[in-house]
Parts: sequence; C-alpha cells; structure tokens
Amino acid sequence: MKIGIVRFPGSNCEVDCLEAWRVAGEDPVMIWHQETSVKGYDLIVLPGGFSYGDYLRTGAIARFSPIMDDVIRFAKSGGLVWGICNGFQILTECGLLPGALLRNAGLHFICSPQYLRVERTDLAFTGEYRQGQIIQIPVNHGEGNYTVDDEGLARLKANNQIVFRYVTLEGEVTDQGNPNGSRENIAGIVNKEGNVLGMMPHPERVVEESIGGVDGKGMFISILKHWERRTQHGA
Amino acid sequence: MLKANVTVVLKKSILDPQGSAVEKALKSMKYPVESVRIGKFMEVTLAEADRGKAEEIMHEICRKLLSNPVIEDYSFELEG
Repeated sequence: MKIGIVRFPGSNCEVDCLEAWRVAGEDPVMIWHQETSVKGYDLIVLPGGFSYGDYLRTGAIARFSPIMDDVIRFAKSGGLVWGICNGFQILTECGLLPGALLRNAGLHFICSPQYLRVERTDLAFTGEYRQGQIIQIPVNHGEGNYTVDDEGLARLKANNQIVFRYVTLEGEVTDQGNPNGSRENIAGIVNKEGNVLGMMPHPERVVEESIGGVDGKGMFISILKHWERRTQHGA
Repeated sequence: MLKANVTVVLKKSILDPQGSAVEKALKSMKYPVESVRIGKFMEVTLAEADRGKAEEIMHEICRKLLSNPVIEDYSFELEG
C-alpha cells in the first residue's frame, strides 16, 4: 500500500504516524506541503501538530497549502484520507468534513488518555473493531470541541457519519466522558462516502504495549486489510 | 491604497468559552456586565484604490480565509 503523510510547517506527529505504520508493516512516504500531487498514493494521512502555528484558526492556513488542492481532488475521487487532530481541523477547514473544531469548553489544553466508543465498523478505517467497542486513545489538543449546526448534526446522524464518541469507561455518552465539550461527544466523523475520516484522538500513539497501549493499532490493521481485500477483488 | 478594518466573531449560536470566562471574571469584579464575546480584529491594507473592487476583494478574503463561515461572522469597514 502506498501511503503518504503530508508534512506542513508546524506538523509534529508525522514521525509518530510513520513509526506506527512501520509497526503495522508499511513504510510511508513523507510529502512536503509544497508539493502539488498525490498521484499514485492509496492513502493520505494529515498528521497532528500546529500547522502554521495555528495562526488565525487551526488548520485555516494549511488548508491553502499547495498540496491541498490535489488532496481534495483525491478525496473527491474516492481516495482514502485520514486526518488526525490537526489533520481533522484541516479537513473541516477545507470542507471535506462538516462542522468545525473550537476551543475546548474548559479552555484548557488537554493531554490525556480518553475512552472512545467505536460507532461504526463497516469502514476502511475501523473494520478490526467491534461495534460499540470501548477503546482508550489519547487526546492532545486545545481546540477539539467539535461543533456543527442542528441541520448538520441531523445529516451526520442520518448518514451514520459519527465514527467515535467520547465516553466513560462504562461506555456512557455523558458530560463526564466528554473532555472538551464536543457536540454529542463526537470525537471522529467520516464523510458521507466513507473515505475521508477525521478524528481528534491520536491512535498512532497507542500501537505498542511498550508505549502505553495497542488500542490504536486496529485502525492501521483495518486500513491494510481493507486495502488487501480491495486489491484482491480488483486482481 | 485602502485599509480594511476587519472584525471576526463567533456566531451567536456558537458558545464562546473565552468570552464566558472573561464575562465571569468581570462579573466577579462586580461590574454591571451582561455578556462578553471575544473575536478577532485584523487590519488589511489593500493594493487597490477602487472602493467597489476593494469591497469585493474583502468579502472574498473574509469568506475564504479570515473567517470560517461555519462558525464565524465577519464585518469590515474601509478606510482611506
């Protein structure tokens, strides 16, 4: 599988993503944001960090990086795009995903493990999980408070686009389980077509027991297995 | 050259945690404050002398980059 990780000025999780992919058995390529083509790639990862120092709004300036026109074209033609943290913020800024990410409700920057409930397992990104499975993945953000208007929320629900919700250990969707004030405890969403996923938590940080857990590894394996199935069918 | 003074604020329907925090602080200082909203102020100097064109450009700039229409409203005044 040919995987590209886009590096913006201010990205800081791209090497974590690279390492996580290596743990899963792949060797991605770094794509500098000044490049203009993602031709030939099977998956594009927009990693976490503080692209352009988060100036103006998180992801707002990165969205106009030269590479993004082709990432948008790639996404619209069905290519797999995975935005993590700042990558999610960039995906909402460029309109590939609905809504926006605001300052955390409590104003604090949050860096802590969080329980998530997997709401969808029929996606390329989540096939290895069980429906409703509770996983623990860390968050690390100041602006992760997902917001969307009533109409947008109704559309997300009607199209089954909510992929991860913040929950308590018991799996309850409550304010107690919600670290940042996100609407309906939303931690990750997918586009209607299912090929563009954005999430605030960092699965690339939990792919080995030695670094604190393996709950995130399933996403990497899911994508690889999805890709294997797809290429086998195509062959 | 024309200068545009741009104000960007969160839409009324969007909770503004920074504004709420400042509002609480002012209230705790016993000021008769009803509410506070925090936004951004930007000065854009344009290399354009025609007011009509400048307005068009500013609307485009504000929609595309300076504000996120999903969560924010913008307004601007031209000077000069």
